[in-house]
Amino acid sequence: MRQRKIGEVILDVRNISLSFGGVKALQGISFDVREHEVRAIIGPNGAGKSSMLNCINGVYHPQEGEIVFRGEVRRDMDTHHAAESGIGRTFQNLALFKGMSVLDNIMTGRNLRMKTGILAQALHLGPARAEELREREFVEHVIDFLEIQAYRKTPVGRLPYGLQKRVDLGRALAAQPQVLLLDEPMAGMNLEEKQDMCRFVLDINDEFGTTIVLIEHDMGVVMDISDRVVVLDYGKKIGDGTPDEVRNDPEVIKAYLGVSH
Amino acid sequence: MSSMPPESADTFPRLLLHHAKVRGDRPAIREKDLGIWQTWTWSQVAAEVRALACGLAEQGVRRGDRVAIIGANRPFVTWTTAAAQSLGAIPVGLYQDAIASELLYIFQTAEIRHAVVEDQEQVDKVLEIGQEAALLKHIYYDDPRGLRHYTQPELMSIEKLKEAGRAFDAKNPGFYEAEVAKGRPEDPAAMFTTSGTTGNPKGVVHTHGALIDRARVACEMERLTDAEEVLAYLPPAWIGQNIFSYAQALVAGFCVNCPEAAGTVTADMREIGPTYYFAPPRVYENLLTSVTIRMEDASSIKRRMFKYFMGVAERVGGRLLDGKPVSPGERLLYWLGDLFVYGPLRNALGMSRVRVSYTAGEAIGPDLFRFYRSLGINLKQLYGSTETAVFVCVQPDGQVSADTVGPPVAGVELRIADNGELLIKSPGLLKEYYKNPAATAEVLTNDGWYHSGDAGIIDHDGHLRIIDRAKDVGRLANGAMFAPKYIENKLKFFPFIKEAVALGDRREMVCAMINIEMEAVGNWAEKRGIVYSGYVDLASQAAVYDLIRECVEKVNADLAQEEKLADSQIRRFLILHKELDADDGELTRTSKVRRGFIGEKYAVLVDALYGGRAEQYIETQVKFEDGRTGKVSATLEIMDAKTFAPARKAA
Repeated sequence: MRQRKIGEVILDVRNISLSFGGVKALQGISFDVREHEVRAIIGPNGAGKSSMLNCINGVYHPQEGEIVFRGEVRRDMDTHHAAESGIGRTFQNLALFKGMSVLDNIMTGRNLRMKTGILAQALHLGPARAEELREREFVEHVIDFLEIQAYRKTPVGRLPYGLQKRVDLGRALAAQPQVLLLDEPMAGMNLEEKQDMCRFVLDINDEFGTTIVLIEHDMGVVMDISDRVVVLDYGKKIGDGTPDEVRNDPEVIKAYLGVSH
Repeated sequence: MSSMPPESADTFPRLLLHHAKVRGDRPAIREKDLGIWQTWTWSQVAAEVRALACGLAEQGVRRGDRVAIIGANRPFVTWTTAAAQSLGAIPVGLYQDAIASELLYIFQTAEIRHAVVEDQEQVDKVLEIGQEAALLKHIYYDDPRGLRHYTQPELMSIEKLKEAGRAFDAKNPGFYEAEVAKGRPEDPAAMFTTSGTTGNPKGVVHTHGALIDRARVACEMERLTDAEEVLAYLPPAWIGQNIFSYAQALVAGFCVNCPEAAGTVTADMREIGPTYYFAPPRVYENLLTSVTIRMEDASSIKRRMFKYFMGVAERVGGRLLDGKPVSPGERLLYWLGDLFVYGPLRNALGMSRVRVSYTAGEAIGPDLFRFYRSLGINLKQLYGSTETAVFVCVQPDGQVSADTVGPPVAGVELRIADNGELLIKSPGLLKEYYKNPAATAEVLTNDGWYHSGDAGIIDHDGHLRIIDRAKDVGRLANGAMFAPKYIENKLKFFPFIKEAVALGDRREMVCAMINIEMEAVGNWAEKRGIVYSGYVDLASQAAVYDLIRECVEKVNADLAQEEKLADSQIRRFLILHKELDADDGELTRTSKVRRGFIGEKYAVLVDALYGGRAEQYIETQVKFEDGRTGKVSATLEIMDAKTFAPARKAA
C-alpha cells in the first residue's frame, strides 16, 4: 500500500458563490486541499464541478468568497497568474494543438518557464537555443513518464482519444505545477485506458508530490484513488470526507440514487 | 578489427574483460533514453558489471546460485547476467509476460533467492510469488518509479546494489578477479525456460563452453566483426536473443542497441541501421504488409514504378545476391531500381545496412522470402532450438532457398532416425534440463545424440529440410514417409489457399481437403467475370477447381523432386464448402488444423476421396458467432490431380 505524507492546507476555497445571471452555479462552497493529497470533486451533471475548477484557476471570477493559495488570498485569480503561481490543469474537452506534434504540444506547457523573448525564440538565437535544450530535457522526462515515446513526432490530431488525454496531461505536467486540476481525466475512455490513467495520476502524485484536484464522473475510479472527496449537487456542497464517509452519507446517496419513499 | 578473442577467453566474464582491454573505448551497448542514444563503452560496461557482481556477492550470491532476471531489453539485463556469471551463479532469464503460476514453479524448482527485475509491475508480481516461494529474499529493481513508498525489506534498487558493490570491491581488492578466475568453460552459464505446451516449463541449462562455441562458429561463418550493430528487440529470456545480442556480442565485440520502448522499435531500427538482424517470419510478414498498404495509398506514378521495379527485382535481385550471372542490361535496370525503389524501401524498413539477416522458427512463404532477397537484403534461414544453443544449420551465402534451412554448421553432425526424427550432435547441446534427469534422458541419449522431436530430411546438397513435428509424421500404406504439415504448408503458401488438410496416414495415397481464401479467390474471380453468390458457390465453381488444381499440381511437382516425399503427391482433392473454424472445433484456438477431428467429422468426404467417387453430398452443422447453429449442405466435386514421376536418385 502507498504511504504518503499529506501536508498542510495548500489551497483553501472559502465560501465561493458564482452565478451567471439568474443561474446560481455555486452557492457558498468551502473546502480545502492539503498538500500532496488527491482530492476529488464529484457530483451529478450540472452540479457545478467544472465551474469550481474554473474559479480555482481564474477562468471565472466568483461574486463572493475567496481562494487562498499557499497563504496568498485572492478573490480574482487570472489564468496566467494561476499558471505562474503553480496551478496547472487539463481540460474535459481537450484543448490541444491538433496539427502540432506531441513533443511540441508538451513544449508549449513548458513555455511558461522560458525567459527568452518571442523574437529570440523565433530566430533560434543562442540563449533561446540553450534554453530550449534545457527545457526539452524536462519535456523528455514527461514523455518517458507518460510512456508516449513512440508518438513523440506524431501530430496530436492523429492519435486516439485516450492518448490525446495523456498528451494533455503531459502538457500540464510540463509546467511542473504544485496543484494539478484534472477535469474528467477518464471521460470517454475504455476500461484499460482508465486503468492506465489512474496509474498515471497516482504516479504523478507519488513521484512529483503534485497535489491533485480531480473532477470525475466514474464513482469507482474516484473512490479508489482519492484521499478525500467533495460532493456537489445543484451548486451546493452536500458532502465532504474520505471516500468511505462520503459513500455512506445519506445526503450523497439521496443525490445520486434518489430518495426511496 | 575482425580478429576473434583468444581461446583463453573461455567464459563470458573473461570475454568481457578481454574486450574492455583491447577495445575499451568502442561502444558496447546503447540505449535510447529521453530521446537520445546513450552509449556505454566496453570498459564502462566492465566497470558496471564489476560493481554489480560485487554487490550481488555482498548480498550473498554464491557460486551455483540461481539469479532470476526479468525485464525488457535494457542494459541492466545484460549487466546483471554478466555479473551473476562472474560469480559462477546461473542467470535465469524469465519472460516479462510469464504468468504467476509459471514463475512460481520456476522460482520453486530453481530455488531462486535473488531476483533482478525491471519495474514496479515485475516487483509486484515477484513479491506476490515471494510469499509462496519462501526462499526469495532479495529483489533488485532497475526503475524506481512507483516504488518510492514500498517498504518491503527484500527490495533494493540496482543503484544501491552497485553502491554496495563498489564499497565491497574497495574493501576486498582482488575479489572480483579471483571469482572470474574460478570460472571454467564447463560451468553452467545460463538457464533458459522452454514453454511447456504440456505440463510445467523446463529449465534448459547451457555451459559457457556450449554458448560461446556456437556464437563463435556463427560469427566466423558470417565474418561478424566488432563493427556490427544489432538491435535487441526480442524477449531477452529467449535463447535466440541471448545468442544474438549477448553471446555473439561478447564473442565478436560488437554493439547492442536497446530500443526506447516496445512501440518505438521500427523508428529506432531506422536510426540505428543494424547490420545483423534476426526476426521470425511473422515480423517480416508484418513489415511487408505495412509496405503494401502504404504503396496502395501512394500516387499512381509511384505505384507503377514500384510494381515495375519489383518485377525487375524478382527476376534479378536473388541472382545478384547469389552471385549468379546477370546480363548488363538487367544489371542496369536493377541499379536504377535500387536508386528509385529498393534503396529507399530498405531505408524505410531500417535495413539499409543489413549484411546478414536470419529467420527461423517456422516455415517462411517463398514469396515473402523472395521479396526480401530481391530487394538485396541477405535474408537466410537457420535451424536450431533452445536445447541446441540455436545454431545447428545455417544457409551459407549463395546457397539460400525458401524451403531448406541449410547444411549443418561447423561442429554439428546430423542423423535422421528410422522414424524420420532428426538427431543432432553438437558442442552446443544442452547440459541438462534443470533438476529433471528423466526429461534429460529422454532427449539426450548416452551416445551423445540429441533427439530434436522434429522430422527432417537431408537433401542431395546436404541441406536440412524440416518437415514436421516427428510425432505427427505418419506412413503411407507402402511404408513411405507422410508428413502432413509439410504438404499443407506448401499448399498454404499459395495465396488462394487458406487452409488445407492432408490425409494419408496408413493409406495407399495422399488426398487433400482445401479451403479457399475467400478474398484472394473472390478478386481473381471478379477479374475474370465469374459470377458467384457466396462462399459455397465460389468454392464449387469449375474455374476455381481448375485454379486450385494448378496449385496442387505445382506442389506435386515439388514433392516429386524429393526422393522421400515423392509418394506423398496429392492424388485427389476437394474444396470444402465451408471455412474451417475454431468455433466448430476444426481448428485449435491458435489456428492449427485438428486433423483427427476433421477426419471424423468429414468421414463421408474421406470415404468418397478414397472410394474413387466423383462427387459427394454433405450436410454440415455450423455454429454462428452468436451461438445459433445452422446447416450448410453441398455436393462437392472430387478432382484428380496430375502426379509426377519421382526425380532420379542422386548418384
